[in-house]
Amino acid sequence: MTSVLYDAPGPRAKRRNVLISVIFFALLALLAWFIWDAMDEKNQLEWALWKPFTQSEAWTTYLLPGLGNTLKAAALAMVIALPLGAFFGISRLSDHRWVRGPAASVIEFFRAIPVLLLILFANEAYDRWANVTTEQRQLYAVVTGLVLYNASVLAEVVRAGILALPKGQSEAAKAIGLRKGQTMRTILLPQAVTAMLPAIVSQLVVIVKDTALGGVMIGFTELLNSRGTLAANYANPIASFIVVSIIYIVLNFMLTSFASWLEQRLRRSKKSTGAVLSAEDMEELNPAATGGTYGTGAGGSI
Amino acid sequence: MFDFLSDYDNPTLLGAFWMTVKLTFFSGIGSLIWGTLLAAMRVSPVPLMRGFGTAYVNIVRNIPLTVIIIFTSLGLADVFGVTMGASDFQVRGFRLAILGFVVYTAAFVCEAIRSGINTVPLGQAEAARAIGLTFSQTLRLIILPQAFRSVIGPLANVLIALTKNTTVAAAIGVAEAAYLMKQMIENEAQTLLIGAVFAFGFVVLTLPTGLFLGWLSKRLAVKR
Repeated sequence: MTSVLYDAPGPRAKRRNVLISVIFFALLALLAWFIWDAMDEKNQLEWALWKPFTQSEAWTTYLLPGLGNTLKAAALAMVIALPLGAFFGISRLSDHRWVRGPAASVIEFFRAIPVLLLILFANEAYDRWANVTTEQRQLYAVVTGLVLYNASVLAEVVRAGILALPKGQSEAAKAIGLRKGQTMRTILLPQAVTAMLPAIVSQLVVIVKDTALGGVMIGFTELLNSRGTLAANYANPIASFIVVSIIYIVLNFMLTSFASWLEQRLRRSKKSTGAVLSAEDMEELNPAATGGTYGTGAGGSI
Repeated sequence: MFDFLSDYDNPTLLGAFWMTVKLTFFSGIGSLIWGTLLAAMRVSPVPLMRGFGTAYVNIVRNIPLTVIIIFTSLGLADVFGVTMGASDFQVRGFRLAILGFVVYTAAFVCEAIRSGINTVPLGQAEAARAIGLTFSQTLRLIILPQAFRSVIGPLANVLIALTKNTTVAAAIGVAEAAYLMKQMIENEAQTLLIGAVFAFGFVVLTLPTGLFLGWLSKRLAVKR
Protein backbone atom coordinates (compact mmCIF):
# COMPACT_ATOMS: atom_id res chain seq x y z
CA MET A 1 0.00 0.00 0.00
CA THR A 2 2.64 2.47 1.03
CA SER A 3 4.66 1.69 -2.08
CA VAL A 4 2.38 4.15 -3.93
CA LEU A 5 4.59 6.85 -2.47
CA TYR A 6 7.38 6.05 -4.92
CA ASP A 7 7.76 4.51 -8.37
CA ALA A 8 9.63 1.34 -9.18
CA PRO A 9 13.21 2.67 -8.99
CA GLY A 10 15.05 3.42 -12.23
CA PRO A 11 18.85 3.30 -12.57
CA ARG A 12 19.42 6.64 -10.84
CA ALA A 13 17.00 5.95 -8.00
CA LYS A 14 18.57 2.53 -7.55
CA ARG A 15 22.01 4.09 -7.20
CA ARG A 16 20.66 6.66 -4.75
CA ASN A 17 18.90 3.98 -2.71
CA VAL A 18 22.10 1.98 -2.48
CA LEU A 19 23.97 5.08 -1.35
CA ILE A 20 21.38 5.89 1.33
CA SER A 21 21.35 2.25 2.42
CA VAL A 22 25.13 2.28 2.83
CA ILE A 23 25.05 5.50 4.86
CA PHE A 24 22.16 4.27 7.01
CA PHE A 25 23.90 0.93 7.54
CA ALA A 26 27.07 2.75 8.57
CA LEU A 27 25.09 4.78 11.10
CA LEU A 28 23.44 1.67 12.52
CA ALA A 29 26.80 -0.12 12.68
CA LEU A 30 28.28 2.89 14.46
CA LEU A 31 25.45 2.83 16.98
CA ALA A 32 25.85 -0.91 17.52
CA TRP A 33 29.61 -0.51 17.95
CA PHE A 34 29.05 2.36 20.38
CA ILE A 35 26.71 0.23 22.50
CA TRP A 36 29.04 -2.78 22.32
CA ASP A 37 31.99 -0.63 23.34
CA ALA A 38 30.10 0.93 26.24
CA MET A 39 29.09 -2.53 27.46
CA ASP A 40 32.63 -3.80 27.09
CA GLU A 41 33.99 -0.85 29.04
CA LYS A 42 31.62 -1.57 31.93
CA ASN A 43 32.49 -5.28 31.74
CA GLN A 44 28.94 -6.25 30.88
CA LEU A 45 30.02 -8.64 28.14
CA GLU A 46 31.90 -11.06 30.36
CA TRP A 47 30.73 -14.60 29.92
CA ALA A 48 30.22 -15.04 33.66
CA LEU A 49 27.34 -12.59 33.55
CA TRP A 50 25.58 -14.37 30.70
CA LYS A 51 26.42 -17.93 31.72
CA PRO A 52 23.57 -18.23 34.28
CA PHE A 53 21.05 -18.07 31.45
CA THR A 54 22.52 -21.18 29.86
CA GLN A 55 22.03 -23.13 33.08
CA SER A 56 18.78 -24.31 34.50
CA GLU A 57 19.12 -22.73 37.95
CA ALA A 58 18.51 -19.13 36.86
CA TRP A 59 15.43 -20.26 34.98
CA THR A 60 13.90 -22.56 37.56
CA THR A 61 14.64 -20.27 40.53
CA TYR A 62 13.85 -16.87 39.08
CA LEU A 63 12.65 -16.48 35.53
CA LEU A 64 10.11 -19.28 35.15
CA PRO A 65 8.30 -18.66 38.46
CA GLY A 66 8.26 -14.95 37.59
CA LEU A 67 6.92 -15.65 34.13
CA GLY A 68 4.39 -18.02 35.69
CA ASN A 69 3.10 -15.27 37.97
CA THR A 70 2.97 -12.82 35.08
CA LEU A 71 0.92 -15.26 33.03
CA LYS A 72 -1.25 -16.16 36.00
CA ALA A 73 -2.13 -12.54 36.73
CA ALA A 74 -2.72 -11.81 33.04
CA ALA A 75 -4.91 -14.88 32.56
CA LEU A 76 -6.96 -14.19 35.69
CA ALA A 77 -7.42 -10.55 34.72
CA MET A 78 -8.52 -11.53 31.23
CA VAL A 79 -10.97 -14.20 32.41
CA ILE A 80 -12.61 -11.87 34.92
CA ALA A 81 -12.51 -8.74 32.75
CA LEU A 82 -14.18 -10.35 29.74
CA PRO A 83 -17.64 -11.12 31.17
CA LEU A 84 -17.54 -7.88 33.16
CA GLY A 85 -16.64 -5.97 30.01
CA ALA A 86 -19.37 -7.72 28.05
CA PHE A 87 -21.87 -6.78 30.75
CA PHE A 88 -20.92 -3.11 30.73
CA GLY A 89 -20.58 -2.97 26.96
CA ILE A 90 -24.08 -4.36 26.48
CA SER A 91 -25.45 -2.12 29.22
CA ARG A 92 -24.06 0.88 27.40
CA LEU A 93 -26.13 -0.11 24.37
CA SER A 94 -29.32 -0.37 26.40
CA ASP A 95 -32.49 1.44 25.32
CA HIS A 96 -33.01 2.72 28.85
CA ARG A 97 -31.20 5.85 29.80
CA TRP A 98 -30.87 4.83 33.45
CA VAL A 99 -28.92 1.74 32.37
CA ARG A 100 -26.93 3.38 29.58
CA GLY A 101 -25.85 6.38 31.67
CA PRO A 102 -24.31 4.66 34.68
CA ALA A 103 -22.64 2.05 32.47
CA ALA A 104 -21.05 4.82 30.38
CA SER A 105 -19.89 6.64 33.52
CA VAL A 106 -18.27 3.53 34.96
CA ILE A 107 -16.52 2.74 31.67
CA GLU A 108 -15.25 6.28 31.10
CA PHE A 109 -14.16 6.65 34.72
CA PHE A 110 -12.00 3.54 34.81
CA ARG A 111 -10.51 4.24 31.40
CA ALA A 112 -9.45 7.70 32.53
CA ILE A 113 -7.44 6.47 35.50
CA PRO A 114 -3.94 5.04 35.15
CA VAL A 115 -3.76 1.31 35.90
CA LEU A 116 -0.97 2.02 38.36
CA LEU A 117 -3.26 4.12 40.56
CA LEU A 118 -5.89 1.37 40.48
CA ILE A 119 -3.29 -1.21 41.51
CA LEU A 120 -1.92 0.98 44.32
CA PHE A 121 -5.42 1.67 45.57
CA ALA A 122 -6.50 -1.98 45.40
CA ASN A 123 -3.35 -3.05 47.25
CA GLU A 124 -4.08 -0.66 50.10
CA ALA A 125 -7.78 -1.49 50.12
CA TYR A 126 -7.10 -5.23 50.46
CA ASP A 127 -4.59 -4.49 53.20
CA ARG A 128 -7.05 -2.41 55.17
CA TRP A 129 -10.40 -4.02 54.61
CA ALA A 130 -9.81 -7.60 53.58
CA ASN A 131 -8.28 -10.56 55.27
CA VAL A 132 -5.74 -11.86 52.77
CA THR A 133 -2.10 -12.83 53.17
CA THR A 134 0.58 -10.52 51.81
CA GLU A 135 1.47 -12.78 48.93
CA GLN A 136 -2.13 -13.21 47.85
CA ARG A 137 -2.79 -9.53 48.35
CA GLN A 138 -0.26 -8.50 45.73
CA LEU A 139 -1.73 -10.86 43.16
CA TYR A 140 -5.25 -9.73 44.05
CA ALA A 141 -4.28 -6.08 43.78
CA VAL A 142 -2.63 -6.50 40.37
CA VAL A 143 -5.57 -8.52 39.06
CA THR A 144 -8.10 -6.04 40.46
CA GLY A 145 -6.35 -3.07 38.87
CA LEU A 146 -6.03 -4.84 35.54
CA VAL A 147 -9.65 -6.06 35.64
CA LEU A 148 -11.10 -2.61 36.35
CA TYR A 149 -9.16 -0.97 33.54
CA ASN A 150 -9.38 -3.73 30.95
CA ALA A 151 -13.03 -4.51 31.61
CA SER A 152 -13.83 -0.95 30.59
CA VAL A 153 -11.61 -1.18 27.52
CA LEU A 154 -13.18 -4.53 26.62
CA ALA A 155 -16.63 -3.02 27.17
CA GLU A 156 -15.84 -0.62 24.35
CA VAL A 157 -14.55 -3.52 22.25
CA VAL A 158 -17.83 -5.39 22.83
CA ARG A 159 -19.85 -2.30 21.99
CA ALA A 160 -17.86 -1.67 18.82
CA GLY A 161 -18.18 -5.35 17.90
CA ILE A 162 -21.96 -5.28 18.20
CA LEU A 163 -22.23 -1.97 16.36
CA ALA A 164 -20.00 -3.28 13.57
CA LEU A 165 -22.56 -5.98 12.70
CA PRO A 166 -24.76 -5.29 9.67
CA LYS A 167 -28.04 -3.67 10.66
CA GLY A 168 -30.01 -6.40 8.88
CA GLN A 169 -29.07 -8.87 11.60
CA SER A 170 -31.08 -7.20 14.34
CA GLU A 171 -33.82 -6.16 11.91
CA ALA A 172 -34.29 -9.78 10.84
CA ALA A 173 -34.36 -10.85 14.49
CA LYS A 174 -37.04 -8.26 15.18
CA ALA A 175 -38.99 -9.40 12.13
CA ILE A 176 -39.25 -12.98 13.37
CA GLY A 177 -40.46 -11.66 16.70
CA LEU A 178 -37.46 -12.12 18.98
CA ARG A 179 -37.37 -10.02 22.11
CA LYS A 180 -34.48 -7.60 22.73
CA GLY A 181 -32.74 -9.97 25.14
CA GLN A 182 -33.12 -12.87 22.75
CA THR A 183 -31.77 -10.84 19.84
CA MET A 184 -28.71 -9.92 21.85
CA ARG A 185 -28.15 -13.41 23.24
CA THR A 186 -28.80 -15.53 20.18
CA ILE A 187 -28.09 -13.27 17.21
CA LEU A 188 -25.81 -10.33 17.99
CA LEU A 189 -23.48 -11.52 20.74
CA PRO A 190 -22.29 -14.77 19.10
CA GLN A 191 -21.41 -12.90 15.91
CA ALA A 192 -19.89 -9.98 17.80
CA VAL A 193 -17.64 -12.37 19.76
CA THR A 194 -16.14 -13.62 16.51
CA ALA A 195 -15.66 -10.07 15.28
CA MET A 196 -14.02 -9.07 18.56
CA LEU A 197 -11.58 -11.96 18.87
CA PRO A 198 -8.57 -10.24 17.25
CA ALA A 199 -9.08 -7.10 19.34
CA ILE A 200 -9.41 -9.21 22.49
CA VAL A 201 -6.17 -11.08 21.78
CA SER A 202 -4.41 -7.74 21.20
CA GLN A 203 -5.70 -6.53 24.54
CA LEU A 204 -3.96 -9.50 26.17
CA VAL A 205 -0.63 -7.93 25.18
CA VAL A 206 -1.58 -4.79 27.11
CA ILE A 207 -2.50 -6.89 30.14
CA VAL A 208 0.76 -8.87 30.04
CA LYS A 209 2.74 -5.65 29.83
CA ASP A 210 0.87 -4.01 32.68
CA THR A 211 1.53 -6.87 35.11
CA ALA A 212 5.07 -5.47 35.32
CA LEU A 213 3.65 -2.48 37.22
CA GLY A 214 2.73 -4.73 40.12
CA GLY A 215 6.30 -6.01 40.32
CA VAL A 216 7.85 -2.58 40.66
CA MET A 217 5.29 -0.74 42.74
CA ILE A 218 3.83 -3.30 45.16
CA GLY A 219 6.40 -6.08 45.07
CA PHE A 220 4.40 -8.73 43.24
CA THR A 221 6.95 -11.37 42.17
CA GLU A 222 6.33 -11.36 38.44
CA LEU A 223 8.93 -11.51 35.68
CA LEU A 224 10.36 -7.99 36.06
CA ASN A 225 10.55 -8.33 39.84
CA SER A 226 12.29 -11.71 39.53
CA ARG A 227 14.80 -10.04 37.25
CA GLY A 228 15.77 -7.76 40.15
CA THR A 229 16.40 -10.71 42.47
CA LEU A 230 18.28 -12.53 39.75
CA ALA A 231 20.47 -9.52 38.96
CA ALA A 232 21.21 -9.03 42.64
CA ASN A 233 22.35 -12.64 42.85
CA TYR A 234 24.50 -12.81 39.71
CA ALA A 235 25.39 -9.07 39.50
CA ASN A 236 24.37 -8.92 35.85
CA PRO A 237 21.86 -6.05 35.49
CA ILE A 238 22.29 -5.49 31.76
CA ALA A 239 22.27 -9.15 30.80
CA SER A 240 19.17 -9.80 32.91
CA PHE A 241 17.35 -6.82 31.40
CA ILE A 242 18.14 -8.06 27.90
CA VAL A 243 17.01 -11.63 28.60
CA VAL A 244 13.80 -10.53 30.34
CA SER A 245 13.00 -8.09 27.52
CA ILE A 246 13.46 -10.87 25.00
CA ILE A 247 11.03 -13.07 26.94
CA TYR A 248 8.43 -10.28 26.91
CA ILE A 249 9.03 -9.54 23.22
CA VAL A 250 8.70 -13.19 22.18
CA LEU A 251 5.58 -13.72 24.28
CA ASN A 252 3.83 -10.55 23.13
CA PHE A 253 4.97 -10.93 19.54
CA MET A 254 3.37 -14.37 19.47
CA LEU A 255 0.12 -12.87 20.77
CA THR A 256 0.24 -10.00 18.25
CA SER A 257 0.93 -12.37 15.36
CA PHE A 258 -1.84 -14.67 16.53
CA ALA A 259 -4.23 -11.71 16.60
CA SER A 260 -3.43 -10.65 13.05
CA TRP A 261 -3.52 -14.24 11.78
CA LEU A 262 -6.94 -14.60 13.41
CA GLU A 263 -8.09 -11.34 11.88
CA GLN A 264 -7.10 -12.36 8.37
CA ARG A 265 -8.66 -15.75 8.77
CA LEU A 266 -11.93 -14.29 10.02
CA ARG A 267 -12.02 -11.72 7.24
CA ARG A 268 -11.68 -14.49 4.68
CA SER A 269 -14.22 -16.73 6.34
CA LYS A 270 -17.46 -17.13 4.39
CA LYS A 271 -19.50 -17.83 7.49
CA SER A 272 -18.93 -14.47 9.17
CA THR A 273 -20.77 -11.24 8.47
CA GLY A 274 -17.50 -9.64 7.50
CA ALA A 275 -17.36 -7.58 10.67
CA VAL A 276 -13.92 -7.98 12.20
CA LEU A 277 -12.26 -5.66 14.70
CA SER A 278 -8.53 -5.34 14.94
CA ALA A 279 -6.81 -3.37 17.69
CA GLU A 280 -6.15 -0.52 15.24
CA ASP A 281 -9.79 -0.48 14.15
CA MET A 282 -10.73 -0.02 17.76
CA GLU A 283 -8.68 3.13 18.14
CA GLU A 284 -10.31 4.63 15.09
CA LEU A 285 -13.79 3.23 15.67
CA ASN A 286 -14.03 4.24 19.29
CA PRO A 287 -14.69 7.94 18.98
CA ALA A 288 -16.00 8.49 15.54
CA ALA A 289 -17.91 5.56 14.10
CA THR A 290 -19.54 4.23 17.24
CA GLY A 291 -20.88 7.63 18.14
CA GLY A 292 -19.20 7.66 21.52
CA THR A 293 -17.61 10.64 23.16
CA TYR A 294 -13.92 11.15 22.75
CA GLY A 295 -13.18 8.70 25.50
CA THR A 296 -11.29 10.17 28.38
CA GLY A 297 -8.99 7.25 28.65
CA ALA A 298 -8.61 5.72 25.25
CA GLY A 299 -5.40 4.20 24.03
CA GLY A 300 -6.50 0.60 24.27
CA SER A 301 -3.42 -0.97 22.79
CA ILE A 302 -0.69 1.13 24.38
CA MET B 1 -11.23 16.09 56.12
CA PHE B 2 -8.77 17.26 53.49
CA ASP B 3 -6.13 18.46 56.02
CA PHE B 4 -3.70 15.71 55.13
CA LEU B 5 -3.36 17.10 51.61
CA SER B 6 -1.41 20.07 52.90
CA ASP B 7 0.86 17.90 55.07
CA TYR B 8 2.92 16.92 52.05
CA ASP B 9 5.38 19.40 50.65
CA ASN B 10 7.82 17.17 48.76
CA PRO B 11 6.01 17.20 46.41
CA THR B 12 2.79 19.07 47.11
CA LEU B 13 -0.39 17.79 45.47
CA LEU B 14 -0.31 20.48 42.80
CA GLY B 15 3.43 20.05 42.38
CA ALA B 16 2.98 16.34 41.76
CA PHE B 17 0.35 16.88 39.10
CA TRP B 18 2.45 19.67 37.58
CA MET B 19 5.26 17.11 37.27
CA THR B 20 2.83 14.75 35.51
CA VAL B 21 1.94 17.56 33.09
CA LYS B 22 5.60 18.39 32.44
CA LEU B 23 6.46 14.73 31.83
CA THR B 24 3.55 14.42 29.39
CA PHE B 25 4.43 17.66 27.60
CA PHE B 26 8.10 16.95 26.95
CA SER B 27 7.57 13.25 26.22
CA GLY B 28 4.70 14.14 23.89
CA ILE B 29 6.83 16.52 21.83
CA GLY B 30 9.78 14.12 21.77
CA SER B 31 7.71 11.12 20.71
CA LEU B 32 5.89 13.14 18.05
CA ILE B 33 9.23 14.05 16.43
CA TRP B 34 10.83 10.60 16.75
CA GLY B 35 7.57 8.89 15.81
CA THR B 36 7.20 10.96 12.64
CA LEU B 37 10.78 10.13 11.64
CA LEU B 38 10.08 6.44 12.26
CA ALA B 39 6.90 6.63 10.15
CA ALA B 40 8.85 8.29 7.34
CA MET B 41 11.40 5.47 7.53
CA ARG B 42 8.66 2.85 7.43
CA VAL B 43 7.26 4.18 4.15
CA SER B 44 10.59 5.12 2.57
CA PRO B 45 11.87 3.55 -0.68
CA VAL B 46 15.03 2.30 1.07
CA PRO B 47 14.45 -1.30 2.24
CA LEU B 48 17.00 -1.06 5.05
CA MET B 49 15.20 1.93 6.58
CA ARG B 50 11.85 0.19 6.27
CA GLY B 51 13.33 -2.85 7.98
CA PHE B 52 14.76 -0.75 10.80
CA GLY B 53 11.43 1.01 11.31
CA THR B 54 9.49 -2.24 11.37
CA ALA B 55 11.94 -3.90 13.74
CA TYR B 56 11.95 -0.89 16.09
CA VAL B 57 8.17 -0.73 16.31
CA ASN B 58 7.70 -4.46 16.79
CA ILE B 59 10.40 -4.72 19.44
CA VAL B 60 9.57 -1.62 21.46
CA ARG B 61 5.81 -2.14 21.36
CA ASN B 62 6.14 -5.54 22.97
CA ILE B 63 8.36 -4.53 25.88
CA PRO B 64 6.45 -3.32 28.95
CA LEU B 65 6.94 0.41 29.52
CA THR B 66 7.85 -0.40 33.11
CA VAL B 67 10.83 -2.46 31.91
CA ILE B 68 12.04 0.46 29.77
CA ILE B 69 11.67 3.01 32.56
CA ILE B 70 13.40 0.81 35.14
CA PHE B 71 16.15 0.14 32.61
CA THR B 72 16.84 3.86 32.14
CA SER B 73 17.52 4.09 35.86
CA LEU B 74 19.18 0.76 36.75
CA GLY B 75 20.79 0.21 33.36
CA LEU B 76 21.57 3.50 31.65
CA ALA B 77 22.23 5.60 34.73
CA ASP B 78 23.68 3.12 37.24
CA VAL B 79 25.73 0.94 34.90
CA PHE B 80 26.60 3.22 31.98
CA GLY B 81 26.60 6.51 33.90
CA VAL B 82 24.14 8.20 31.56
CA THR B 83 22.83 11.12 33.59
CA MET B 84 21.50 13.35 30.78
CA GLY B 85 23.59 16.22 32.16
CA ALA B 86 21.83 16.26 35.50
CA SER B 87 23.55 16.33 38.87
CA ASP B 88 20.41 16.23 40.99
CA PHE B 89 18.76 12.83 41.49
CA GLN B 90 15.28 14.22 40.84
CA VAL B 91 16.30 15.99 37.62
CA ARG B 92 18.14 12.87 36.46
CA GLY B 93 15.06 10.74 37.03
CA PHE B 94 12.88 13.29 35.23
CA ARG B 95 15.09 13.37 32.12
CA LEU B 96 15.64 9.61 32.03
CA ALA B 97 11.89 9.05 32.36
CA ILE B 98 11.25 11.36 29.41
CA LEU B 99 13.84 9.45 27.39
CA GLY B 100 12.05 6.20 28.22
CA PHE B 101 8.60 7.58 27.39
CA VAL B 102 9.83 8.94 24.06
CA VAL B 103 11.43 5.61 23.10
CA TYR B 104 8.19 3.76 23.94
CA THR B 105 5.50 6.19 22.79
CA ALA B 106 7.22 6.93 19.46
CA ALA B 107 6.41 3.38 18.33
CA PHE B 108 2.70 4.08 18.80
CA VAL B 109 2.92 7.54 17.23
CA CYS B 110 4.65 5.94 14.24
CA GLU B 111 1.84 3.42 13.79
CA ALA B 112 -0.82 6.13 14.11
CA ILE B 113 0.85 8.30 11.48
CA ARG B 114 1.39 5.35 9.18
CA SER B 115 -2.32 4.55 9.37
CA GLY B 116 -2.94 8.20 8.49
CA ILE B 117 -0.67 7.94 5.46
CA ASN B 118 -2.80 5.02 4.33
CA THR B 119 -5.92 7.20 4.36
CA VAL B 120 -4.47 9.59 1.76
CA PRO B 121 -5.87 8.54 -1.64
CA LEU B 122 -3.53 6.92 -4.15
CA GLY B 123 -4.15 9.66 -6.71
CA GLN B 124 -2.53 12.29 -4.47
CA ALA B 125 0.83 10.53 -4.49
CA GLU B 126 0.52 9.73 -8.18
CA ALA B 127 -0.28 13.35 -9.01
CA ALA B 128 2.67 14.50 -6.90
CA ARG B 129 5.00 12.15 -8.76
CA ALA B 130 3.51 13.20 -12.10
CA ILE B 131 4.52 16.82 -11.53
CA GLY B 132 8.01 15.61 -10.69
CA LEU B 133 8.17 15.85 -6.90
CA THR B 134 10.75 13.64 -5.21
CA PHE B 135 9.87 11.16 -2.47
CA SER B 136 10.72 13.54 0.35
CA GLN B 137 8.85 16.40 -1.34
CA THR B 138 5.80 14.18 -1.87
CA LEU B 139 5.92 13.14 1.78
CA ARG B 140 6.53 16.62 3.18
CA LEU B 141 4.24 18.68 0.97
CA ILE B 142 1.42 16.34 -0.04
CA ILE B 143 1.10 13.26 2.13
CA LEU B 144 2.06 14.19 5.70
CA PRO B 145 -0.02 17.40 5.93
CA GLN B 146 -3.13 15.44 4.97
CA ALA B 147 -2.15 12.42 7.03
CA PHE B 148 -1.64 14.53 10.16
CA ARG B 149 -5.09 16.02 9.89
CA SER B 150 -6.67 12.60 9.73
CA VAL B 151 -4.69 11.13 12.64
CA ILE B 152 -5.45 13.76 15.26
CA GLY B 153 -7.98 11.35 16.75
CA PRO B 154 -5.59 8.38 17.08
CA LEU B 155 -2.79 10.72 18.20
CA ALA B 156 -5.09 12.09 20.89
CA ASN B 157 -5.53 8.52 22.10
CA VAL B 158 -1.77 8.11 22.24
CA LEU B 159 -1.38 11.40 24.12
CA ILE B 160 -4.00 10.43 26.69
CA ALA B 161 -2.40 7.02 27.12
CA LEU B 162 0.93 8.80 27.56
CA THR B 163 -0.55 11.03 30.26
CA LYS B 164 -1.64 7.96 32.16
CA ASN B 165 1.63 6.15 31.44
CA THR B 166 3.71 8.92 33.02
CA THR B 167 2.67 7.44 36.37
CA VAL B 168 5.24 4.70 35.70
CA ALA B 169 7.94 7.33 36.39
CA ALA B 170 7.07 6.86 40.07
CA ALA B 171 8.97 3.56 39.79
CA ILE B 172 12.26 5.47 39.47
CA GLY B 173 11.41 8.06 42.10
CA VAL B 174 10.15 10.95 39.98
CA ALA B 175 7.88 12.93 42.29
CA GLU B 176 4.72 12.89 40.17
CA ALA B 177 1.11 12.01 40.95
CA ALA B 178 1.44 8.24 41.43
CA TYR B 179 4.55 8.76 43.59
CA LEU B 180 2.67 11.10 45.90
CA MET B 181 -0.40 8.86 45.96
CA LYS B 182 1.74 5.90 47.04
CA GLN B 183 3.19 7.98 49.90
CA MET B 184 -0.17 9.31 51.02
CA ILE B 185 -2.05 6.07 50.76
CA GLU B 186 0.54 4.29 52.91
CA ASN B 187 0.59 6.95 55.63
CA GLU B 188 -2.95 8.21 55.85
CA ALA B 189 -6.16 6.54 56.89
CA GLN B 190 -8.45 8.10 54.26
CA THR B 191 -7.72 5.52 51.56
CA LEU B 192 -10.94 6.14 49.65
CA LEU B 193 -10.61 9.89 49.76
CA ILE B 194 -7.02 9.81 48.52
CA GLY B 195 -8.00 7.48 45.70
CA ALA B 196 -10.82 9.82 44.73
CA VAL B 197 -8.58 12.91 44.77
CA PHE B 198 -6.02 11.35 42.43
CA ALA B 199 -8.65 9.80 40.20
CA PHE B 200 -10.26 13.22 39.91
CA GLY B 201 -6.89 14.74 39.04
CA PHE B 202 -6.44 12.39 36.10
CA VAL B 203 -10.00 12.88 34.89
CA VAL B 204 -9.32 16.64 34.93
CA LEU B 205 -6.12 16.12 32.93
CA THR B 206 -7.42 13.69 30.32
CA LEU B 207 -11.05 14.72 29.80
CA PRO B 208 -10.45 18.24 28.40
CA THR B 209 -7.55 16.96 26.28
CA GLY B 210 -9.77 14.29 24.79
CA LEU B 211 -12.69 16.63 24.21
CA PHE B 212 -10.55 19.38 22.67
CA LEU B 213 -8.59 17.07 20.37
CA GLY B 214 -11.80 15.24 19.45
CA TRP B 215 -13.39 18.52 18.44
CA LEU B 216 -10.22 19.50 16.57
CA SER B 217 -10.01 16.21 14.68
CA LYS B 218 -13.61 16.53 13.51
CA ARG B 219 -12.96 20.12 12.43
CA LEU B 220 -9.72 19.43 10.63
CA ALA B 221 -10.54 16.06 9.07
CA VAL B 222 -10.12 16.22 5.30
CA LYS B 223 -13.62 15.78 3.93
CA ARG B 224 -13.55 13.33 1.08
